[in-house]
Amino acid sequence: MINFLSTLIYGLIVVMFLLGFYGIMTKNNLIKKLIAMNIMQISIIFFFITLGLKLDATIPVELPGVVNVDAYINPLPHALMLTAIVVSLSTTGVALALMIRIKNFLNTIEEDEILRRMEE
Amino acid sequence: MRDFFPAFIVIIPMTISLLAPLVGRISKVFLRLLTMFGFFLSVIFSAIVLRETLTVGNVYYNFGNWEAPYGIEYVIDPLGATIAVMVSFIALLIVIYSREFFKDEGWLKNAAYYSLFGLMVTGLLGMTVSGDAFNLYVFLEISSLSTYALIALGGPRGTVAAFKYLLIGTVGASLYLFSVAYLYGITGTLNFADMSERILPLMDSPAMILIVILLFLGLGIKMALFPLHMWLPDAHSYAPYPLSAFMSGVLIKVPAYVMIRYYFFIFDVNHAVLQNVLQIAGILAAIGIVYGSVMAIAQTEFKRMLAYSSVAGIGYVVMGMSMGNAYGMIGAVFHIFNHAFMKVALFFIAGGIKQKFDHIKIDEFKGLLKKMPVSMYSFLILAFSMIGLPPTAGFFSKWYLVNGALQEGLWFFIVVIVVSSVLNAVYFFRIIEFAFLNKEEKERKCKIQSRFELPLSMLMPIVVMTLLVLALGIFNADFVSAILTSVVPEVIK
Repeated sequence: MINFLSTLIYGLIVVMFLLGFYGIMTKNNLIKKLIAMNIMQISIIFFFITLGLKLDATIPVELPGVVNVDAYINPLPHALMLTAIVVSLSTTGVALALMIRIKNFLNTIEEDEILRRMEE
Repeated sequence: MRDFFPAFIVIIPMTISLLAPLVGRISKVFLRLLTMFGFFLSVIFSAIVLRETLTVGNVYYNFGNWEAPYGIEYVIDPLGATIAVMVSFIALLIVIYSREFFKDEGWLKNAAYYSLFGLMVTGLLGMTVSGDAFNLYVFLEISSLSTYALIALGGPRGTVAAFKYLLIGTVGASLYLFSVAYLYGITGTLNFADMSERILPLMDSPAMILIVILLFLGLGIKMALFPLHMWLPDAHSYAPYPLSAFMSGVLIKVPAYVMIRYYFFIFDVNHAVLQNVLQIAGILAAIGIVYGSVMAIAQTEFKRMLAYSSVAGIGYVVMGMSMGNAYGMIGAVFHIFNHAFMKVALFFIAGGIKQKFDHIKIDEFKGLLKKMPVSMYSFLILAFSMIGLPPTAGFFSKWYLVNGALQEGLWFFIVVIVVSSVLNAVYFFRIIEFAFLNKEEKERKCKIQSRFELPLSMLMPIVVMTLLVLALGIFNADFVSAILTSVVPEVIK
């Protein structure tokens, strides 16, 4: 049971990733596609954070009395994920800016409408 | 001072691109000169570093003096350095060529274009020199994000294509990041040199299968390998011309380099997992070569035709890589160069025709030889190179690929290379026939006046690229023995 619970999180991460991928592929509205893209990116952030998890360990700041290295968690995954969050944020920003331009040009953000109006 | 050269390759374009908006407010001429100067310095520094890697060995640079594997490290091997020289040199020519396309625009659009272009080149150069898996991801995203914004300069269709590319490209980058997470999980390091030692005992672990496949899918999307190329035709054909040239020539080649680096320099390539994935990659590449060529024949627009032929071009690179021997690798890297020079020059010619006569359809090219002799003769040489006729460079890269396939007994690949040469001939001879043999039907309206057939800022890059393709073909033996033999990984020598 313990074993199942400790691997459950990885299964959920994969489900989340595939959910995001499914949304990008099937949704018609560009905002929904963007939300799905964010869900996909966040699943990877979760994955990194889960890798950095360590039971019975403390924050990676030198504390008085704690001399054993094993008593501290590894701060690297968290630092990496801060960068990944920034990347995800800027991708979202660029995507929103593109969407505003699409809306101005074609007056819609539904994908089938966009394709139809571009044909004309 | 010399120790800092590896860092300068990346830092100079980055500084220039961040300064560009400020400088662009003052003067457009100064902006262009500054950008050109920045890329020129990048070419010089990467050439010096290349020379050093060939004579002394790999060049290292530790950021903030933190020793690797704890700090972020730049490692430049001969392969990375040659790609860096190519990227910065083509970027320099693109900046020269861009003048005509943006000279009537306001300062903001000019500044944005040069700034974003500089960031894109920074990302690509960073990918060639970085020695850290996560650092590479950040550079990948820097170049991708600026590409999305640049494609959107191509009007409404460009914006929609950019959005589509943004979604697909983010999936690719996420898959790459997923594989980095697994690599970090099993090896506990992100430094490439450290990783390559720690991964050897772990090659049998089931996680390796996932890592290799995720890397293949992620980088495959970024380099538009068939069947992951869906974003490429739209993005290439609706982006501004100088940018399509850069995307087709360079942007899709750098992920291919990253894949070579992971599969041959970090993982154990003789392991069954990698052998299987490489085999699948080879088959997909072969299908992609034929598919790209057939689709190129079906196109009526010159630019879209070139876009589909890029799918075929990346197929050659992956095919050479998948053979897993020295000839195949030399052929692949040689083709990265050839294809970059040929495709960039062909897109330059397409842009020249568009600027001068506003032609985009192939059947409008009738009798173009009389109006644009230099471009059309350059086109002839480039078309011969694309088809693979000696003494142009295209022949020799295909020659190395055929040799590699012979060594492995892969007859299927040889058939594909020959068939694709014939298909290339079909779509290029169609244009050659229109331009050289057909008479002009009606008077053309000239959009730009200049002393030569095209303004010098457009004609010069075309001629330089064409001469380079010829030179690479004629001096191919020197090029291969001086540089390409040292890029072959140790494991397959």
